[in-house]
Amino acid sequence: MARATVMENKYNHVTPGKVVRIVVLIALLLFLAAPLLWQISLAFKGPKDDMYAAPYLIPVDPTIDNFIQVFNRLPILFYVCNTLIVAALNIGGNIISGCFAGYSLALLRFKGKGLVIGLLFLSMLVPGETILISQFLIIRNLQLQNNLIGVALPGLVSSMNILLFMNAFNAIPREMIEAAEVDGANIWQRFWRICVPQVKGTMALVGIFSFMGSWNDFLWPLIVLTDDSHYTLTLGMSRLQGTFVSDPRVVAAGTIVALIPIMIFFLVFQRYIFNGLEAGSVKE
Amino acid sequence: MAKTKTKKRGGDAAAQGVDPRSSGRIVPWLFVLPPILWICTFSLIPFFNTIRLSFTDSTLLKPGKFVGLENYVNMFTDRRFQTAFFNSSLYVVCIVPFMVILPLMLAALVAEKTRIMNFFRTAFYTPVIMSSVVVGLLWTNILDKDGLLNGTFKALKWISTPIPFLTDRWLLLFSAMAVTIWSGLGYYMLIYLANIANIDGTLYEAASIDGCGGIRQFFHVTLPGCRVTMILVMLLSSMSAFRVFGEIYMLSGGSGGVGGADLTMTMLIKQEGTGINARTGYSGALGMVMFVVLGCIIGIEWIVQRRSED
Repeated sequence: MARATVMENKYNHVTPGKVVRIVVLIALLLFLAAPLLWQISLAFKGPKDDMYAAPYLIPVDPTIDNFIQVFNRLPILFYVCNTLIVAALNIGGNIISGCFAGYSLALLRFKGKGLVIGLLFLSMLVPGETILISQFLIIRNLQLQNNLIGVALPGLVSSMNILLFMNAFNAIPREMIEAAEVDGANIWQRFWRICVPQVKGTMALVGIFSFMGSWNDFLWPLIVLTDDSHYTLTLGMSRLQGTFVSDPRVVAAGTIVALIPIMIFFLVFQRYIFNGLEAGSVKE
Repeated sequence: MAKTKTKKRGGDAAAQGVDPRSSGRIVPWLFVLPPILWICTFSLIPFFNTIRLSFTDSTLLKPGKFVGLENYVNMFTDRRFQTAFFNSSLYVVCIVPFMVILPLMLAALVAEKTRIMNFFRTAFYTPVIMSSVVVGLLWTNILDKDGLLNGTFKALKWISTPIPFLTDRWLLLFSAMAVTIWSGLGYYMLIYLANIANIDGTLYEAASIDGCGGIRQFFHVTLPGCRVTMILVMLLSSMSAFRVFGEIYMLSGGSGGVGGADLTMTMLIKQEGTGINARTGYSGALGMVMFVVLGCIIGIEWIVQRRSED
C-alpha cells in the first residue's frame, strides 16, 4: 500500500523513466504476443495469400473459410462437450470432498486426525508421473479405459484442495459456531448453514482452478482415451498437428477456436485467479 | 469437548442424535473418510504399486515375477533412458536461471497497482492459461520449416535453407525450452508480484530519496527482498522442468524427435508403460527414478533455503 502512494506521487507527471518503462513493456508485450498475433493473422489468410513469401501480418485475401474447415474436419463441439463433462465432475468432486473433509479436519475433534493430515501431505509428495501407469492400471481394471469417467476419476479429490478448505474453515470465528451450538443447531446445520457459506471464496478458487486444470490437461487423457470417440478438446486439438491437417492456416484457426473459451473464462475470473495465486495457496 | 453419549449410529442419526456441543465419533470420520479413501486409492496405493512393479518384469498382459533390481540395472545400459534422463536434466539446467530472473524483472516492471500495469500483468499472464497443446500448435507454426521465423530469415536473405528447429536433435530441445520459458514467465511473475507487494514501501521511498533510480532500486530493494521467493521459484521451475512433456511432445509431433533423441523422462514413462507391448515393470522403475530425482530437488532446495535464512 505504502508503495502505491510513493509511486503515485512519483508518476503523476511524465518522467523519462516512465517513458522508458512503457516502451520496454510494449516491446516485451509484442515479443510475448507475437506468436498469438501471427496465429490470428494466419487464421484469416485466404488462398490468395502466399504462405511461402516473406511473412506479413495483414491478410491480402481475408477469409473465415479456415474456421469453417476446422469445424468440418474436427467435431470440435463434441470435444468441448467431453471436456466440459470432465470439468464438471472435477469441479463438483473437488468442492464437495474439500468441504466435507476440510470441515471435519478443521472444526471437529477425532482421533487419528494427525494421521489423516499426514496422509494428505504424503500424497502431495508423490509426483503424478511416478504413479501415472499404476493409475492407468486401476482405470483399466475398472473397465473405464476410453471413458470420460476414467479421465475424471483420479482427480475428483485432491489433497491440496482439502488442505485449502481446511484453512478456510479454520479461519471462521469460533464464536460464530458456538453461538449456533447454543441456539441448538445440530452438526449438520452448523456445517451446512453456518460454515459452508463462509468458504464461498475457497469454493470459487477451487472451482476455477479445477476447471482450468481439466480444460488444459493433456497427458492423462492421452493415456486413458484410446480413440477419438471420447476425445477431450486438448486431445482433439493435438490431432491438428502432423498429417491429419497439413494447412497451417487451418491449424491456426483451430488454435484460435480452442483458445477463445478459456480466454473469456480467464478474463471473467481474472481477479480470483490472481488473488488465489498471490495468496500462494494454489499449486500449479 | 464433552464426551458423547452416542454409540454406533449411522449417518444422519448420528448427526441428529449427538450432544449439541459435540460431533460424536462417527460424524468426523463420515466426513473425512470417503475423500481419504479416494486419495489412498488413486494416489497412495498406486505409489506402493509402482514400487512393487519396479521390482518385477510385469507387462500389461502378464503380472510378471520378482526380478530384484534388474529393471534398475538395465537402465544403465538403456540408451533411451540415458537420453531421456540427460534431456530432462539439461532442461532443468538451461531453464531455471531464466525462470528465476526474467519473471522477477517482469514483476518489478509491472508492480504498480495502476490500470495500465494491470493490463500488462494480464497480458503477460495469458500464455500460462493456454494448454501445452495449443502452445505447441502456436509455436509449430512459428518454428516450422515454412514458419514465421524461417520465412523472416529467408526474406532477409540470412539463410538459404530453412533452419531445422523442429527436426534437429539439439535445436528441437532448445526450441522446446524457449517455448517453456515463454509459457511459464507469467506464472512466476505472479508469485514474485505477491512478494513485491509485501516489501516495505518505505524502503523504496528511502532509496528514492537517496537518489536511486528504478534500476538501482531493483538491485538494492526488490532483489534482496525477493530472495526467499527466488528459492521457491527455483524449486517450482526445476521440478516442472524435469517433468516436461507437452512442449516436446507437441513440437516433435508425438515422436520425441528423430530416433527418440529428444525423449524426456515423462515421455519415456508414457511410452514404456502404455500400448500393447507395455513394460509396466520397467516403466514403474522409471517412475521411481522420477520420484527420487524430484525428491532430491526438494531436498537441495530445502538446504539452500535453510542456509539463506541463517
